[in-house]
Amino acid sequence: MTQTPSQTVGPYFAYGLSPQQYLYNHTSIASGNLRTSSTQGEPITIKGRVLDGQGNAIPDAMIEIWQADAKGQYNPTDSDFKGFGRFGTGTDPEAQFIFQTIKPASVDGQAPHITVVVFMRGLLTHAYTRLYFSDETTENQKDIILNTVPEERKNTLIAQRQETPEGIVYQWDIVMQGEQETVFFDV
Amino acid sequence: MNHNQRDWEVHPPYLYPDYKSTVFRAPSKPLIPMKHTLSESTGPVYGQDSVGQFDNDLTKNGIRNGEPLGERIVVSGRILDIDGRPIKNTLVEIWQANAAGRYIHKVDQHNAPLDPNFFGGGRCVTDENGRYTFMTIKPGAYPWGNHPNAWRPNHIHFSLFGSNITNRLVTQMYFPGDPLLQYDPIYQGVPEKARHLLVSQFDLSLTQPDFALGYNFDIVLRGHNATPFENQ
Ligand SMILES: [Fe+2]
Repeated sequence: MTQTPSQTVGPYFAYGLSPQQYLYNHTSIASGNLRTSSTQGEPITIKGRVLDGQGNAIPDAMIEIWQADAKGQYNPTDSDFKGFGRFGTGTDPEAQFIFQTIKPASVDGQAPHITVVVFMRGLLTHAYTRLYFSDETTENQKDIILNTVPEERKNTLIAQRQETPEGIVYQWDIVMQGEQETVFFDV
Repeated sequence: MNHNQRDWEVHPPYLYPDYKSTVFRAPSKPLIPMKHTLSESTGPVYGQDSVGQFDNDLTKNGIRNGEPLGERIVVSGRILDIDGRPIKNTLVEIWQANAAGRYIHKVDQHNAPLDPNFFGGGRCVTDENGRYTFMTIKPGAYPWGNHPNAWRPNHIHFSLFGSNITNRLVTQMYFPGDPLLQYDPIYQGVPEKARHLLVSQFDLSLTQPDFALGYNFDIVLRGHNATPFENQ
């Protein structure tokens, strides 16, 4: 069999894929909020913009995240934590993506990380990347995937921890092109 | 090629200058190959509980005061993995323009009428044979700003999860014989040998007599289960 080719998500995905976030009258299967008040783990917010080759924030991108829970489990059977989030950059005035989640634990001896999938108008095939955490220096240095990345590009995968009045925020921009281009993986 | 890797001979490249928006959005540095770990061999699970009663019937899920206008069609097909095995119980999400070629999306300014009884978004879960089925309205073509007199061919957007996050696919289904396909840089961005895989087939057995025509569109996702580190 041959894989079915990918096509761009286009500019009009919002009412189909994230209708509640964009205030359409239809339910969503996922949103930017992955946790409830009973979810175990450290509550965190992940925020950033998607920047094009001219440095402009892209307002019609869709970011999906996939992560383990605070015990390092995917699809945990002992809680309702789904580990999947989806957020379009069209509702925030600064075109940010914003995820309310919990910090994942290490999986398989890897440093804590989140799988990130990037879709947008103008991207014919989605892009895969990973988010790592700035406060995990020791774990990051040992990570088998991070260590396949050239030293000078590793910083593009590391979200910066900030303590704010609203809680812990990890700041992380996705840069599509140029000097600071985010590392994308052939997954 | 490991059968769970993305097949770059069928997927469009990131940079395809005829599609102008790719120019400043395409990653410019080579992708870094990644071994699959548990993070790649797992993925979100959305079953029947994520689907509402009329979610697979777009002729009903947007009704306010009557039936939506346009040609009713059944769109159905099987979701298969690269070995041809059905992927059962997997979520299929679709969205599309109405019969006049207009999206309900707030940023769509195309001068064509909205249909008060058509929303244009739907979803369903595949059955034991990997089959999904939607009832909908045939979407219209619409103009876009890529180049002078640019028109998108009739299409339905599809979003698939498959069995893990590497199976994730967003694509578009087209209709057989559409004369706009040869002028569409989004469709033409797909390597030539694979383009036909995005064109649905008219299927008499899917039609509902006196009610709706039928089109079949099968979708093949990547390999089923990567054992962690199998690519080492
Ligand atoms: Fe479209």
